[in-house]
Amino acid sequence: MSETTNDSPSEVLDRVVIRFAGDSGDGMQLTGDRFTASSALLGNALATFPDFPAEIRAPAGSLAGVSAFQVHISDHDISTAGDAPNVLVAMNPAALRANVALLPNGATIIVNEDAFDERNLAKAGYESNPLGDGSLSAFTVYEVPMTSITTEVTKDAGVKPRDAERSKNFFALGLISWLYTRPVEATQKWIEQRYADKPLVLEANRRAFMAGFHFGETVELFESNYEVRPAELEPGEYMNVTGNTATAWGLIAASVTSGLDLFLGTYPITPASDILHELSKHKNFGVRTFQAEDEISGIGSALGAAFGGALGVTTTSGPGMDLKAEMMGLAVSLELPLLIIDVQRGGPSTGLPTKTEQADLMLAMYGRHGESPVPIVAARTPAHCFEATLEAARLAVKYRTPVILLTDGYLANGTEPWRLPDVATLPVIEPNFATEPNHQEEDGSTRFWPYLRDPETLARPWAPPGLAGLEHRIGGLEKQDGTGNVVYDGANHEKMTRLRAAKVAGIARDIPPTEVDAQDGAEVLVIGWGSTYGAIAAGVQRIRARGLAVDQAHLTHLNPFPADLGAILSRYKRVLVPEVNTGQLSRLLRAEYLVDAVSFTQMQGVPFRAADMEAAIAAQFEHLNESAEELS
Amino acid sequence: MTVTNEPVPVPLTTRKDWSSDQEVRWCPGCGDYSILAAVQMLMPELNVPLESTVFLSGIGCAARFPYYMNTYGMHSIHGRAPAIATGLATTRPDLDVWVVTGDGDALSIGGNHLIHALRRNVNITILLFNNQIYGLTKGQYSPTSEVAKVTKSTPFGSLEQPFNPLSLAIGAEATFVARTHDMDRKHMMETFRRAHAHRGASFVEIYQNCNVFNDGAFEQITGKENRSNMLVPLTHGEPIRFGEDGERGLVLRPDGTVEIVDVASVGVENLLVHDEHRDNPGLAFQLSHLARGPFEPTPIGVFRDVERPEYGEQMAEQIEAATERRGVGDFAKLLRSGSTWTVG
Ligand code: SF4
Repeated sequence: MSETTNDSPSEVLDRVVIRFAGDSGDGMQLTGDRFTASSALLGNALATFPDFPAEIRAPAGSLAGVSAFQVHISDHDISTAGDAPNVLVAMNPAALRANVALLPNGATIIVNEDAFDERNLAKAGYESNPLGDGSLSAFTVYEVPMTSITTEVTKDAGVKPRDAERSKNFFALGLISWLYTRPVEATQKWIEQRYADKPLVLEANRRAFMAGFHFGETVELFESNYEVRPAELEPGEYMNVTGNTATAWGLIAASVTSGLDLFLGTYPITPASDILHELSKHKNFGVRTFQAEDEISGIGSALGAAFGGALGVTTTSGPGMDLKAEMMGLAVSLELPLLIIDVQRGGPSTGLPTKTEQADLMLAMYGRHGESPVPIVAARTPAHCFEATLEAARLAVKYRTPVILLTDGYLANGTEPWRLPDVATLPVIEPNFATEPNHQEEDGSTRFWPYLRDPETLARPWAPPGLAGLEHRIGGLEKQDGTGNVVYDGANHEKMTRLRAAKVAGIARDIPPTEVDAQDGAEVLVIGWGSTYGAIAAGVQRIRARGLAVDQAHLTHLNPFPADLGAILSRYKRVLVPEVNTGQLSRLLRAEYLVDAVSFTQMQGVPFRAADMEAAIAAQFEHLNESAEELS
Repeated sequence: MTVTNEPVPVPLTTRKDWSSDQEVRWCPGCGDYSILAAVQMLMPELNVPLESTVFLSGIGCAARFPYYMNTYGMHSIHGRAPAIATGLATTRPDLDVWVVTGDGDALSIGGNHLIHALRRNVNITILLFNNQIYGLTKGQYSPTSEVAKVTKSTPFGSLEQPFNPLSLAIGAEATFVARTHDMDRKHMMETFRRAHAHRGASFVEIYQNCNVFNDGAFEQITGKENRSNMLVPLTHGEPIRFGEDGERGLVLRPDGTVEIVDVASVGVENLLVHDEHRDNPGLAFQLSHLARGPFEPTPIGVFRDVERPEYGEQMAEQIEAATERRGVGDFAKLLRSGSTWTVG
């Protein structure tokens, strides 16, 4: 694809993991993102993992300020952003220090040697220069004067030296693009469009990028460059998508297929804000985005919109979920459709705002006072956020209930190629508004009873204001089954409590059976939910490569569980539940099915590594063997 | 979803049409009854359809209000009605959305939602029943209770400076601010009518007697025999005066404050002429602060009524403009709007 040719033949790799690391102000997210985009255009399978600090700009050169972007490209289907980088691009000593522990022996490190001065070394906490003291002897280190070359090539472009220096990330991008034979045209075009209104910056970035590319080509520093061929993906049209974009587009799709106006009430919070940003661009779909005064107003306004007949949505992350709890309880009582999207992050409290965790499952399940069951749907990959959002919307509208959709920071910012769906096959969501009175009095007069339920779904009629004869009042007080009138009668309260629970439990009849990736004779099942999907799949693959039979199941519906889940769990001798929390799903499975689920957990703000997953699964086989020996 | 009203004349309704079948459960003698009556009597006069009218409330005695109106309604949670109303009013500009709230609901737990709904100028009509006490929880001081108030939760007197609801609303950039009281049905109906007619957020404070926990809180100014000397009616374009024979009035002093004077001593021509539409809120703020509490001459009526674009309308305009620019959203197109590639 690239027109720029290369004399030395390039070596073919099946996959590579590259980690770009630098100061928060160095533009590493952008560099990684552009590298990913050109890899996507080449047709590689890919997965990305942006890993950045919570501080917008921590002190330059400090460890706290290091921002990294990891991308895994491959010629075959992959499920994670990779355990260990094969290549680390470190723009300064802090970036090296913060990331070197992730590298396996033999990895390649490319450093910006200009940044390794005494001041930066001290800021990173190095007592001696790692480039000279032999501490990196396990790696292949390339020292490239990125800053000085960038300044040199841009100096007669009219940019000030201080500004010129800021283009060095494009130099790094050019160099890595050469090293992995990425086409340069797409990046050049992107630079031209992105900086069209800043001609000086455009020129500096363009020059830096090409200088990096030519540096690789002409300086005989690297023995060869590499090629990662296109992956064999299912035929179709693809785009590289983040979980937050897929979620936003899922909401638009739900609005389109239901014919309901979309209303998003939300308060900015990391890592959920990008859903608001994305939706606010698409007003020509009739989308209303409301940046509320707080989290409570975010969900409150969405509930008000739902009362008026719109598709009401609120988006947030952990701390916001705490604040929304009371309004969710009201939505349970009102029995109105409402979507609550929780992009989970590390907690408790402010916790790790930019790091991932899946510790809000119990909160979603039980985090409201009184008996207030809410269906829960979870996305497993960035692209799956689209489907999961549509499913959550479908359940909310059909069952007149708030639904919680769980994604997380890893899915929100991570990307993967998404095979674009055929719009004609998207699930149709039927609002089925009430159109007429539904109850006849003895005297023949007709009334509208807001809590007269559909006998099959137990959903109540949805009657937005505007129709004469259907005027009704609803509220947070307990209400009489049928009429909806306020009553404090104990027997009625118990009946209503059980009805609300039965309605949510009944959704089990309306969701697909548990999908098990099964092998003959497997005695071990690994079951997970959410963003652990990729890591579990990678671990399972590795175990199977050893010739062992292991099954994998991944849950999209967490409340209710699929109807067949109990029977499935009982088929296995060992059930392993990996989670990025202290074992929340495993506790639910134990409580629900009396299954001796084994919990495997980590909470380090990053996804599981495939190697750790492999070890945890392997341990289940050891356990099986031990118990077999004990028996014999 | 938008409901278009057929161009047939709206059938005349009566108070009965607007009253629900639910038994009203406020304490006998509570001021809430007369406010409910005023609203139910006003509605037929407004000539609006029942089905396009929504009453929303939070928690408190006043919050039971929607149950008694035969319209669409929601009794929500404490303090949050303005937030819920914002979502409803912005998605359904065809509806008349009323928010009924109290001093605890609107000014304590829900203060944040109130001020933001006001500054955004969401098209809602807010009726704040101010009884200066917590009634539903049986008698604790509220954010409008006077300093040193002895209640169940403040046996040695409360320490807190109360809010002045109108000053707060004016400070929050409200475009319509008015005050009335539960002893004067005619004045209530006229004030509610004006609030309803205003496009944007309307804020009405109603002095309401809680005869169980704070009886007579406003007696000194709203009692029949005290009214003429203690209530200062505001009429747009008229000099502000009060008293049995209008013998007292307000003047604007050079330092910008407002003072009560004897009309005879200054001359009618020197009295302050009320101007609801004054863009600068300073004078309205002065008027709202004229009395230190309901024991001094207190202005009632419409303090401020200015025009500013309404929030939901502006949202709709942005949607219209975007649609004009880019055409009605086509999802298949959106899917392919980024950089895509084809496999196979
Ligand atoms: S407690 Fe006071 S405000 Fe509440 S209903 Fe009784 S009298 Fe009215």
